[in-house]
Amino acid sequence: MHRDVVISGIGVVSPGGIGVKPFWDLLVSGRTATRTITRFDASPFRSTVAAECDFDAAAEGLDPEDVSRLDRATQFALVAARQALKDSGLAPEELDPCRTGVTIGSAVGCTTSLEREYVAVSHAGRDWLVDPDRAVPHLYDYYVPSSMAAEVAWASGAEGPVQVVSTGCTSGLDSVGHAVRLIEEGVSDVMIAGATDAPISPITLACFDAIRATTPRNDEPTTASRPFDRTRNGFVLGEGCAVFVLEEREHARARDAHVYAAVGGFASRCNAYHMTGLRPDGKEMAAAIAAALDEAGVAPDAVDYVNAHGSGTKQNDRHETAAFKRALGDHARRTPVSSIKSMIGHSLGAIGSLEIAACALAMENGAIPPTANLHDPDPECDLDYVPLVAREAALDTVLTVGSGFGGFQSAMVLTRPGRVGR
Amino acid sequence: MSAVAVTGMGVVAPNGLGTEAYWKATLAAVSGIGRITRFDPERYPATLAGEVDLDPTDRLPGRLIPQTDHSTRLSLLAAEEAIRDAGIDAGELPDDQVGVVTASSAGGFEFGHRELDKLWRKGPEYVSAYQSFAWFYAVNTGQISIRHGLRGPSGVLVADQAGGLDAIAQARRLVRRGVSAVLTGAVDGSLCPWGWIAQSSGGRLSGAADPALAYRPFDAEADGYVPGEGGAILVLEEADGARARGAERVRGYVLGHAATFDRRPDSAAPDTGRGLRRAVELALDDSGLRPDDIDVVFADAAGTPALDRAEAAALTAVFGDRPVPVSVPKTMTGRMCAGAGPLDVVTALLAIESGQIPPAVHTSPAAHYGLNLVVGRPLTLAARTALIVARGFHGFNSAMVVGAAD
Repeated sequence: MHRDVVISGIGVVSPGGIGVKPFWDLLVSGRTATRTITRFDASPFRSTVAAECDFDAAAEGLDPEDVSRLDRATQFALVAARQALKDSGLAPEELDPCRTGVTIGSAVGCTTSLEREYVAVSHAGRDWLVDPDRAVPHLYDYYVPSSMAAEVAWASGAEGPVQVVSTGCTSGLDSVGHAVRLIEEGVSDVMIAGATDAPISPITLACFDAIRATTPRNDEPTTASRPFDRTRNGFVLGEGCAVFVLEEREHARARDAHVYAAVGGFASRCNAYHMTGLRPDGKEMAAAIAAALDEAGVAPDAVDYVNAHGSGTKQNDRHETAAFKRALGDHARRTPVSSIKSMIGHSLGAIGSLEIAACALAMENGAIPPTANLHDPDPECDLDYVPLVAREAALDTVLTVGSGFGGFQSAMVLTRPGRVGR
Repeated sequence: MSAVAVTGMGVVAPNGLGTEAYWKATLAAVSGIGRITRFDPERYPATLAGEVDLDPTDRLPGRLIPQTDHSTRLSLLAAEEAIRDAGIDAGELPDDQVGVVTASSAGGFEFGHRELDKLWRKGPEYVSAYQSFAWFYAVNTGQISIRHGLRGPSGVLVADQAGGLDAIAQARRLVRRGVSAVLTGAVDGSLCPWGWIAQSSGGRLSGAADPALAYRPFDAEADGYVPGEGGAILVLEEADGARARGAERVRGYVLGHAATFDRRPDSAAPDTGRGLRRAVELALDDSGLRPDDIDVVFADAAGTPALDRAEAAALTAVFGDRPVPVSVPKTMTGRMCAGAGPLDVVTALLAIESGQIPPAVHTSPAAHYGLNLVVGRPLTLAARTALIVARGFHGFNSAMVVGAAD
């Protein structure tokens, strides 16, 4: 018998707010959380805007020792996982440790802590042969980012499969997709799955500056992220985290859990084209969408809403528009499509999970988040991108997609739990 | 469910570049461990590593050189050999039906060190246009996919030293779901001063200057490990599909896998190998085999007394009094983090194929561990099945069962 997977808990750390409610309130308000970078002096960089989280680790109840030891992205993951478990209503004694696993997606792991420690051991870049006496004892935890999943597993009592999924900017979709497979095949009944990234640091700014991937619209920070707009000129870097409690459907039903949505289908492809470039035809993303829809057993014209990757780079938005047309046919023109990156920026590996959260909440609340800052649509992007204002809609089937460096293209279909079952 | 076959293998290791050279050196007990040459290790507490030295210029297209870390170059070479070995490079399979799943540990760390150095010493405008992808954990999957035009379902897992087996298990999952072939495994190797102090930071590296006295797992004198560069890439295919396309040979089968995770370390309750034992038992269940069916074990062999004790406890709990031979070829290469598990899988299949179990070097197994370690020279044994164990720092346990080709 097929084992279906449902989302029964959500936790979020996002620009604009910590927790599901402020996250959703921001998304439907159409307000943006992008601003001039405050975490350090970004003035030497080409792009100086970002979507930062106002995150107070102590106020979120993290232990001071943990705060000094753990990377910011790991702290996000611990807070979001705790929220998700609380939201799911699963008491610790209801979790069978051996049947519970963890997957955490992250594109760049503990990069911010690595850079901070590098500055210390190299004497601000002076010494190639770095100073071992200045290295913190837990440096290895930053070096190999599986420490992030380990911390979440320890905090939640999971002793099943525990892994980090790191497929660049599709990590947040692929992490949840991987967890779904582990439940489907019977390895686990519950997975704590999601993604986190806190990449706002000098080296990350420099690497995106070097390829002009981020926007230089520094004088208009709150309207700098402009997916699908004619004036878009790059993405706005973000940070954040979303973690879910995923359960086998009967496991959730047996305890009468509240269920947001079922994961009906998931698929990924590689474009085998370029580490950062996209072919305009959107062929591989379309193939991933078609495979995810097929697994969910829904026809393309049953899709009620598409949560776009919508990063706001010239090439992405064109590529993606082509992919939607290729995968959904005429229905693409009738389907609302929006990008929440217009409001919370692009948090690299984390964003895919934040977007799944947005989709689940859209189904729950019967509303579609808008694409902010979209005043002048690019003629090459000619779909209904829900500009500026949220829209009420009953959503039964939602598609979310991601695209990442390395050529990764992923798609996930969320459905009403009652409709799952092949 | 149809069997998942290994149809191609590619190896890069400190004691041999390429499967054949590696296997020859391994059976001859030739170690690739020596004093670090990539940088001057004098000021560091550990000075030994298993380096893979390579001039990439005549082995890879010139355009790839400035955009790749050493570890990515090594992974591209291993992938190239695996594809050639499997005979799938000629476009026999639809490109959207071939995927790539690798494990990573620290990404292209040496590349990242160079760019951090430029940023902090000279300024943002000196940072490479390739930095955005050359250091990150997904780079090897991306570059392998691009170089060979592979567009199928792909992925990247990180679970420290356990991740390499997890990646192979994920590839097996994709093949079982209908993907024609998946390139999988892991290659690590990014020696630089910055990475070196990160690896040293937990105090788990051996400080010995003499390779013969350094990485000695299961020895009463064990005092840490030596890191190595390298690993392996495999081609996995559904067995009937491989036959249908006329694959020249099946190298063996992936029969079972499981991953578990240990509770937070507690000084009052030391690691008893409980989580590892569960991984081994679940992997055996998955393969449909019993402990008595396993002919040889490739151990994780952490090289520190507490971890060696935990592994030995798990293995003796599973196998009882039966003295199943335990092989530790990584004593000749060093511990390769994500690359270690896949290389052990390749080594296990070669051992089964040849009837020769490779020895451990530099170690005199302490009797109290109760393990039948193969040491000194190869053991001749008509093995049909092998268990491979990999453990990652923080509590990651992974176990895989492989079996002989028909």
